[in-house]
Amino acid sequence: MTRALAMPAPLADADFIGIAGERAICDRRGVLYFPELKLLAVSDLHLEKGSSLARRGTLIPPYDTGATLLRLQAVISDYQPAIVMSLGDSFHDGGGAARMHSSFRERLEGLMVGREWFWVAGNHDPDAPADLPGETVRELAIGSLLFRHEPSAVRVEGEIAGHLHPCARIVQRGRSVRRRCFAGDGGRMIMPAFGAYTGSLNVLDRAYAGLFRRETLMAYMLGTERIFAISRSMLRPG
Amino acid sequence: MAGRQDFGDRSARAVLLRREEGVRSPFVPILLGDCAPPRYLWRVTEQPRLAEQNAAVHLPEPFLRWFSQKGWSPRAHQIELLATAQAGQSVLLIAPTGAGKTLAGFLPSLTELAGRPRKKPGQARRGIHTLYISPLKALAVDIERNLGKPVEEIGLPITIETRTGDTPAHKRQRQKLAPPDILLTTPEQLALLIAAPDARRFFEDLHYVVLDELHSLVTSKRGHLLSLGLARLRSFVPGLQTIGLSATVAEPDELRRWLVSQNPPGGMAELIVVTGGAKPEISILDSEERVPWAGHSARYATPEIYSEIKRHKTTLLFVNTRSQAELLFQELWRVNEDTLPIALHHGSLDVAQRRRVEKAMGENALRAIVATSTLDLGIDWGDVDLVVHVGAPKGASRLAQRIGRANHRMDEPSKAILIPANRFEVLECRAALDANYLGAQDTPPLVNGGLDVLAQHVLGCACGAPFHANALFEEVRAAAPYAELDRPTFDRVIDFVATGGYALKNYERYARIRLNKDGLWRVSNPRVAQQYRLNVGTIIEVPALNVRYIKAGSKGSASRGGRVLGKIEEAFLETLTHGDTFMFAGKVLRFEGIRENECFVSNAPGSDAKVPYYGGGKFPLSTYLAEQVRIMLDDPQRWKKLPEQVADWLRFQADKSVLPKRDDLLIETFPRGNRHYLVAYPFEGRLAHQTLGMLLTRRLDRAGARPLGFVATDYALAIWSLADMGWMFRAKKPSLSELFDQDMLGDDLEAWLAGSWLLKRTFRNCALISGLIEKRHPGQEKSGRQVTVSTDLIYDVLRSHEPDHILLQATRADAATGLLDVSRLAEMLSRIQGRIVHKNLEQISPLAVPIMLEIGKMPVHGEADDTLLMDAATLVEEAMGTK
Repeated sequence: MTRALAMPAPLADADFIGIAGERAICDRRGVLYFPELKLLAVSDLHLEKGSSLARRGTLIPPYDTGATLLRLQAVISDYQPAIVMSLGDSFHDGGGAARMHSSFRERLEGLMVGREWFWVAGNHDPDAPADLPGETVRELAIGSLLFRHEPSAVRVEGEIAGHLHPCARIVQRGRSVRRRCFAGDGGRMIMPAFGAYTGSLNVLDRAYAGLFRRETLMAYMLGTERIFAISRSMLRPG
Repeated sequence: MAGRQDFGDRSARAVLLRREEGVRSPFVPILLGDCAPPRYLWRVTEQPRLAEQNAAVHLPEPFLRWFSQKGWSPRAHQIELLATAQAGQSVLLIAPTGAGKTLAGFLPSLTELAGRPRKKPGQARRGIHTLYISPLKALAVDIERNLGKPVEEIGLPITIETRTGDTPAHKRQRQKLAPPDILLTTPEQLALLIAAPDARRFFEDLHYVVLDELHSLVTSKRGHLLSLGLARLRSFVPGLQTIGLSATVAEPDELRRWLVSQNPPGGMAELIVVTGGAKPEISILDSEERVPWAGHSARYATPEIYSEIKRHKTTLLFVNTRSQAELLFQELWRVNEDTLPIALHHGSLDVAQRRRVEKAMGENALRAIVATSTLDLGIDWGDVDLVVHVGAPKGASRLAQRIGRANHRMDEPSKAILIPANRFEVLECRAALDANYLGAQDTPPLVNGGLDVLAQHVLGCACGAPFHANALFEEVRAAAPYAELDRPTFDRVIDFVATGGYALKNYERYARIRLNKDGLWRVSNPRVAQQYRLNVGTIIEVPALNVRYIKAGSKGSASRGGRVLGKIEEAFLETLTHGDTFMFAGKVLRFEGIRENECFVSNAPGSDAKVPYYGGGKFPLSTYLAEQVRIMLDDPQRWKKLPEQVADWLRFQADKSVLPKRDDLLIETFPRGNRHYLVAYPFEGRLAHQTLGMLLTRRLDRAGARPLGFVATDYALAIWSLADMGWMFRAKKPSLSELFDQDMLGDDLEAWLAGSWLLKRTFRNCALISGLIEKRHPGQEKSGRQVTVSTDLIYDVLRSHEPDHILLQATRADAATGLLDVSRLAEMLSRIQGRIVHKNLEQISPLAVPIMLEIGKMPVHGEADDTLLMDAATLVEEAMGTK
């Protein structure tokens, strides 16, 4: 059995961790990269969340899709992955892909050129996105890894999932810091939400009950320049 | 007691009005105390035209009878106000508390309604005659009680009702069908009323709008919303008259303009000023104890405060913040050997608890009340014979207002004691005290109306009835805060309301209001109006949790029945862990945990408790008072009035360093430990200093000084660094005049602001007020963090994609006047050009001691959150390394 290992400091942008024996880089921008597989995993893009809310009368800025894609573009150009795995809830609702502004659609299609692209079905977007390339799957196993949207209630070693939007909170010197995070116990990993308008849920919330081994749970909190590996005992609810 | 002072006057019978006898000089103003009346009042007094007009005042017989039965006579200003109103003018009445302002404000309505023929059966309903608007719900309720009494005694056929957030739905419904003659309400309720489809008809019979505590309303966004509502009412009823009631203010003309249409600009309401009140007896506590260098608790003075409480009937203790209130209350009970009834009152306490305290106060059952600004406004309770102000008052006007609470009769002197919490506050108290004797006023200047508020109003208008943009623009410009609004900005606000106003036109099909072929803007569906009604108002609540009692150690869910003590801000509770103790509601409590919207606590013995901090509620030192403090420092003659230990401190400073001249900025640099310190003494208030600190550290960083952090107080700013800043300034790398150059307010400010939490917090308020996002409502909050979009995220996206968006424009304007106090900083930077005095010292100066003591006690700015994460991560790494 593998354990989450915090690599000795100092580390630059990224932090190598092990998940079910596979080596991965936990990028501070909220993506996972598996160098041996040339695979980039990203979760919960929630594209077109802005226009989804606008339909219901909340006219928040229509730039979230553009902002999310720009950030995605940056990590893709850094890692040049052969495979991109979008772990579900890629669009905020089923009509999202159809609503997308043409300039954003072009940007997204540009990113997909020359690589394998998988849309894992999520609860927000159970069907394939309209008129976009890429393959839509319910889940996908590669080597010892299993990629799916919702973490399964039964423990699956090597499962990489999203859906819960984990964040973690610590208190130091009387101040509280809350950040999005990767949550992992060495056996499975839940990824942070990547979308510009996505909120987050504390890893100590009841929704995560039973998913992790308590003793080895680590929150890899996203810092502005690096990832911070924080053990469960330091974490606070709320 | 034969009635309240508000409705007449038992002692000053300077004026007796009998129409048949002719007028016996009702224009001799009642000048109490020894203040000379202001010149404009003399002018009013001597004008024969007004005297003639006054002879025509119509005070109906039943009123005269009532006054004489009571043994009272109407006061000069009451009659004068009546005359002005009867002549068809709007009017501003400025008077100290206890001058009978309320009766004066209602006299025109009451007399007019008294003379109105009775409604015949079958006659169409009569609409509201008078609208009274106050900033506090409690005040409206208070007025209903107080006004009801004379109305009943005089036997007037007048109906008076309140309409607030607490009014049950069926009563509101009934009020729409059968409106009262006089409706007492709040600015938010007015906004709701004018957004209703029947608004024009509802207000068609309106004659007067009485605006109470106008000085406190106009300085906030509530005031902006109210001014727009008033403009709307004026368009319904062109001849509408307003009557403003206000405490003394620095610039009465601003309020006079506010009361009448400013389109075309320049009109002013008539002005009636009642001066004086007896000169208050104010003293500064000259403590036997040592006055501390720093801190805000004034703990040293507790025994002396307690003995004053014992010597008086009822003492009102004012503090500046809720934290100080909790602390002082605890301290007093620690020494309360006689178990005197001492109570606590502040805005976070449970409403029921506050009402109990207010009731006990009205019944004179309390000996002392520790209170914050919640008791500042015009509610008068019981027989307070002493006001104790703990901590410096921060503004001369605020001091005057609070002292007015004691002995709520304007012709008897109020008694007050100021308790400075530290040495700088001694200076500040002295300056405030001198200012009060001089009758100085330092209320803040009015600012331009917020665009977020305008957006809310535009949507409200559309909910009421379709509008034409041209007509609404002219109407809005009649509201004083929006008199200078230009058309392009107005059109952008409409665009914002319609589709969000984005350069990327993506939301046309989701528009909330649409321009129809007839040139009118209409709401696109009824849901928009529903949403509007839920989000009306400009008061943004900081996320807070109920604090509920449970038994120690029990699990929250098992004992839901405990009492709610009040609300505490989430941000504070987030820093607590199970078992931590803190002070709240006058108790020491143990933190048991948080479950949904509630924080569970149990009783805890012990004294080592934290004090909750609260966002806001802390006033910065006023510009006027700051100047007074600088003048005092510059004039050793005036030090004689200061306590000996404080005067000694200043002499010591003159010896070791130098005292800043009135218009100079003193900068001291000195090494200490392995750090180098810069201490500046601008005396411009905490907010401006905080902004200055942010900007200076950026510049010092660029200059290679390697600054580590800074703290700001109301008086001074301290920055510490690794490099020797004293040497750098002398070598002119950079020179101090370069460092303090005004251009820091350009790019540096922009760059810093971009990522600042200050701006994010301001943006959140603008987003909520403008209706961009919806307010959280009780009951619907548990939708989960991952579903709602936080305004911080929206801010980041909007700033990087459309930095000129109208909401960001509104945010920057707000921040500049609010949390950042940029305008004040700008004035300071221009004042000190060429007047910077640098003292490079071997060691810390006496004047620097207070701020140096704050280091470590106050949050240090410039420390990034990532540093804290690093600490936590390092701990983990260490722990894992030892395994």
